[in-house]
Amino acid sequence: MKKYFKEFLRGIIKENPTFVLVLGLCPTLAVSVSLINGFGMGIAATFVLLGSNIIISLIKNFVPDRIRIPCYIVVIATFVTITELVMKAYSPALNRALGIYVPLIVVNCIVLGRAEAYASKAGVINSLFDGLGMGVGFILALLLISGIREFLGVGKVFGYTLIKGFQPILVLAMPSGALLVIGLLLGFFNVLKNKKI
Amino acid sequence: MNAAQFLTIFISAVFIYNVILSRFLGLCSFIAISKETKPALAMSLSVMFVTTMASIITWLIYRFLLVPFNLTYLRTISFILVIATFVQLVEMIIRKIAPPLYRFFGIYLPLITVNCAVLGVAVLNVDMFFINGRAVQGSFYYSVSQGICVGLGYTLAMLLMSGIRERLDLCNVPDCVKDFPLAFIIASIMSLSFLGFNGFRF
Repeated sequence: MKKYFKEFLRGIIKENPTFVLVLGLCPTLAVSVSLINGFGMGIAATFVLLGSNIIISLIKNFVPDRIRIPCYIVVIATFVTITELVMKAYSPALNRALGIYVPLIVVNCIVLGRAEAYASKAGVINSLFDGLGMGVGFILALLLISGIREFLGVGKVFGYTLIKGFQPILVLAMPSGALLVIGLLLGFFNVLKNKKI
Repeated sequence: MNAAQFLTIFISAVFIYNVILSRFLGLCSFIAISKETKPALAMSLSVMFVTTMASIITWLIYRFLLVPFNLTYLRTISFILVIATFVQLVEMIIRKIAPPLYRFFGIYLPLITVNCAVLGVAVLNVDMFFINGRAVQGSFYYSVSQGICVGLGYTLAMLLMSGIRERLDLCNVPDCVKDFPLAFIIASIMSLSFLGFNGFRF
């Protein structure tokens, strides 16, 4: 159990997909305008990651090496389609807000990256925990970025005003704000990393 | 489709909704490959070619296969498969008939399969130019021009960025923001200047 827990934890801090591996940035930046959108995207990506990791580690022995990438992409695309249909049925507002970034989970580098680097070599249970850990790490990163952007850029947290009379920094809610926040956060984490060593 | 419509699509895809700086599609390759101008140009040209071709192919598939058979929910799977196959095919053809070109583009082509910009254009075309499962008038030409213009927007952002980053090599920057963080901060300032085009409304 301890071993699995380690697999799980690795994705959250040591190999955080967003801040350490710098993967899958397109959806991260595009949907992080509000916490709700960020959380929804995180959950959707985690589901895809979990499902594709499990299936790929199950089929890894049957898939010929030369065509493995297209096979992985089909598996991933299937899970993305499931996510899209479920989201359309139960949460149309979120689906509208995330727009084209839901089908684009297919080309999210995190998912294919984990499939290629981990699930195609490891066992099912390990892959499951790896997918879960990466997913949670992605959700946390999204919550951090969208929290900063929603609080400073719109002046709200989960849609509620916290401080009355707070003048929001509008630019943070715009596309350029997303790039600025992630740039500064990456720099900040670099400082932390260098201090530890 | 006339010149004015093309101009509208051009300005909106290249400047107002620039694929990288406003839609964040293809950001990974943008940050990773924009260190020098030459590879940046090679990557942008390959992206432009693939987005154009992908627009054509996915439009045909959507219009003549998915819509008539009521299979539009298979959009994501079929598009990504076709794009991946197409990129592989182009790579093989280029390697066979034009080795120098292959050396120039070679390593960047496979990367394009997982470039969000390509699938993004295909999905955007379907979202914008099909209403209730029906192709709007002239939607094929709209799709193709959107494919070309998104590629142009990518090229523009890539060239600007690589020019800036080449100069940055000579500057003294703090250790903690070297490479990625600084690239993001520069992209942010570029995106801010592109925001000025938002006033252009048609």
